[in-house]
Amino acid sequence: MEVGQMQRRLVDYTKSLFMEGFLDAQFLQLQQLQDESNPDFVVEVVSLFFDDSEKLLNDLTMALDQPNVDFKKVDAHVHQLKGSSSSIGAQRVKNACIAFRSFCEEQNIDATLRCLQQVKQEYYLVKNKLETMLRLEQQIVAAGGSIPMIELGF
Amino acid sequence: MVMAASETKFHVLAVDDTLIDRKLIEKLLKTSSYQVTAVDSGTKALEFLGLNNNDHHDVEVNLIITDYCMPGMTGYDLLRKIKESSSFKDIPVVTMSSDNIPSRINRCLEDGAEEFFLKPVQLSDVNKLRPHLMKRRTQTNVNKRKAMDEIVSPDRTRARYNELEVK
Repeated sequence: MEVGQMQRRLVDYTKSLFMEGFLDAQFLQLQQLQDESNPDFVVEVVSLFFDDSEKLLNDLTMALDQPNVDFKKVDAHVHQLKGSSSSIGAQRVKNACIAFRSFCEEQNIDATLRCLQQVKQEYYLVKNKLETMLRLEQQIVAAGGSIPMIELGF
Repeated sequence: MVMAASETKFHVLAVDDTLIDRKLIEKLLKTSSYQVTAVDSGTKALEFLGLNNNDHHDVEVNLIITDYCMPGMTGYDLLRKIKESSSFKDIPVVTMSSDNIPSRINRCLEDGAEEFFLKPVQLSDVNKLRPHLMKRRTQTNVNKRKAMDEIVSPDRTRARYNELEVK
């Protein structure tokens, strides 16, 4: 596949992630911050997000698996996950965390368990999407092309 | 070593317990041409400033930007400590939070924070820092000049600058 084709595929793919709500404008901000002095900025931030999230999801699973659930602790973990997903623009994960927190406040064990499943699902979806997108970018760069900047109407 | 004030970059101390947000704020600040030191707690921030020891500190910090929700010392606690310190109370402090809680925002602003940014922090937010930094730099230069002029002759405006209440 030649570079122009790959670039078009990347643009379409990235646009779909915004259209489907996986990513929001904050992700664009990250891309705009990337420059020659820090060409791997987005990859680095996304990797941090993956590491951070996976640890938090483990902590959440354990915290909700206790006989006496400490909802303050659960909420603290969700708060952190909400923060990091918001910082990279992972909109659906962030929204799932917002719902999660309201059920933590109610100390509703069934609802919070469902929320955990929801957050995990959204996380793995966006992780998959981001990895695909970054892989496409890598292929373009390897072929000597440049990453096109996405312009969005909102 | 003496450096002309207009040539040195402003030095911002960023405080955030989350690695992602530290990385983000650092990039935003560097993109805006600030020199940045990022630490992960209020305690480390105070150590960096030299508040916790009696040694003479050489580090000059022009602005502190801190997350609100941090384990141990919150950003609010840090703000209070800075404002209660005779050495550091004039350093502008900006607080940030991912939660939009008006009472929290008001409390910080009332107790000395120059600005309160909602996370995720944008480049447009970082652009709001410059006036706070320029104001301080001008004031510092004036104080230095006045101190040098002291021997020469009394000046009507000197008292005003010495007693200037910083908000």
